Amino acid sequence: MTAATVPANSANTASGTSTPAKGHSRALRRFLQRRSSVIALLIVVAFIVIALAAPWLAPYDPIATDFDSVRKPPSDKYWLGTDEVGRDLLSRLIFGARASLLAGVIPVTISLMLSIPLGLLSGYAGGWVDSVIMRFTDAMLAIPFLIIAIALAAFLGPSLTNAMIAIGVAALPTFLRLARGTVLAIRTEDYVEAARAVGNTHLRIVLRHILPNMLPPLLIQGSITMAAAIIAEASLSFLGLGQQPPSPSWGSMLNAAQRYLPTAPWIAMFPGLMIFTVVFSLNILGDGLRDALDPKSNLGPPCATFATCATCAY
Amino acid sequence: MSFWTFIAKRLAVLFPTLFFVSVLIFSLQHMLPGDPAIALAGEENDPEVVEEIRKKYNLDKPIPVQYGLWLGKVLTGDFGISLRTQIEVSELILTKLPITLQLAAGSMIVALLIGIPAGIISATRRGKFSDAVSNFVALSFISIPNFWLGIMLILVFSVHLRWFPASGYVPLSDDVWRSFMSMFLPYIVLGTGVAGVMMRHTRGALLQTLGADYVRTARAKGLTEKVVVLKHALRNALVPVITLGAIEFGHLLSGAVLTEQIFSIPGFGKLIVDGILNRDYAVVQGVVIVSAALYILLNLMADIFYFLANPRMRG
Repeated sequence: MTAATVPANSANTASGTSTPAKGHSRALRRFLQRRSSVIALLIVVAFIVIALAAPWLAPYDPIATDFDSVRKPPSDKYWLGTDEVGRDLLSRLIFGARASLLAGVIPVTISLMLSIPLGLLSGYAGGWVDSVIMRFTDAMLAIPFLIIAIALAAFLGPSLTNAMIAIGVAALPTFLRLARGTVLAIRTEDYVEAARAVGNTHLRIVLRHILPNMLPPLLIQGSITMAAAIIAEASLSFLGLGQQPPSPSWGSMLNAAQRYLPTAPWIAMFPGLMIFTVVFSLNILGDGLRDALDPKSNLGPPCATFATCATCAY
Repeated sequence: MSFWTFIAKRLAVLFPTLFFVSVLIFSLQHMLPGDPAIALAGEENDPEVVEEIRKKYNLDKPIPVQYGLWLGKVLTGDFGISLRTQIEVSELILTKLPITLQLAAGSMIVALLIGIPAGIISATRRGKFSDAVSNFVALSFISIPNFWLGIMLILVFSVHLRWFPASGYVPLSDDVWRSFMSMFLPYIVLGTGVAGVMMRHTRGALLQTLGADYVRTARAKGLTEKVVVLKHALRNALVPVITLGAIEFGHLLSGAVLTEQIFSIPGFGKLIVDGILNRDYAVVQGVVIVSAALYILLNLMADIFYFLANPRMRG
């Protein structure tokens, strides 16, 4: 919570993109040059396609029980085996991707949509508005991320929608602080000073100069936060606070799996593997985006968690 | 800035933050769908009991008054009574907290033992194979959902190899060795995630200090690479890493919720989960209050440490 260190670090994140069009194609080339980023991007795209096309891809109905084939190991008929009430695990895994995708996209979108205007207001206007917004951000960051998400989900009532609201609210302060820090750093750049000197209005400066330049760091954070949000959804569903049965979610599948671990370990293996693959890819993607959009800080993003960073802007 | 100016400035920021935190936690109970008195009554739906609860929790008074009364109680350590067990929430928390602190401390040791050496190797061999491996491992540690890692470790080391118990916490005061064995897998599960973050931070900070002028001077003096890295670069790089340790404590508290659930450790995290399952909202709120308080305190200490360790800030 050393707010003072934030602008200093975010200075490198904000600069270097003064000519948007040229900068973007260069960034794209840098991004595509790295093989790991491209593979990660392909995995994330595959994950999105699987989630969207679930009804056409799944071989069975994900909630149809079959008590004649309970806890069957992987076979020709059931590629990944069946669970404790005879549901096809592959189909549940495919449909479970939907809960993860929703939980990844919606909280991040909520956070982005709120943090851009509030961050602009806080960073550009300053004054007491800034103080109030920042103290509120500090307050939200003072409660560990999953604890606040669990408490919110518990008090709002268990459902996937409420879990997403809880994750979105818990993720917001990180974005807000980043958005504000970036605005503060951009505000003192020469091209903003120049735009002001030639008599541009505040609105024009914000829209033409500050807004486009504050997007890259938020985009990077978005990728990393999506990864964390997917883990958070799985955690909440694991605790029974997210997706409600019988609808599948990778987290709730793991909850049921734990009870049959000695006799049916395959039930526990695949959902976790899926979460890991998607989350890992999103984190690699975040790294790749950062190196492409922000080549100056080539040190690796300090953290890919929701941890409140005092030492860096991320 | 003198030390006391720094403290004064830090406290000036702290108090408004605490105010917002308290409002945030207070408003949790008003997020309950419907009448909070009925929700707090749990399974009990006798109108008289509901009325009693309404009176007891001052739910019949205006909201600002409710907040004031609530805050007064919280500040004196009165977090209400657990509906389920009829035990004071503060007492429940006091008995559970040491268990979670033991878990957090052990995990932090695991994180430091893995994260810092891996970060040093990575930074000093930048771009080489060992750097790539250590980056890959760090990102894997960050990306594995810790409850799944827990389940998989139980499968391998408890179910198949039978090296460690799958569950059953043994208090430190009972038997130190058995306590360690019962907590070994949880330490690994919780510690590896933080180790990944630590490694990335150590690497980043060390790369930064390795490029600093004083490191070039040290090299120019003819010091061995080992002395340059360990005595000059690392010492400065570790300052932000230690600050991060305090921040990562919040991560440990979050992670403890699931880890304790997997390994049936009767700690702080299990308390909040059981509280949710039993609709014991006073317990849930109490856990949130205490974890926020701990976290704020640690952050404050980290900031003070950062100030003291960083002569430039005294400028």
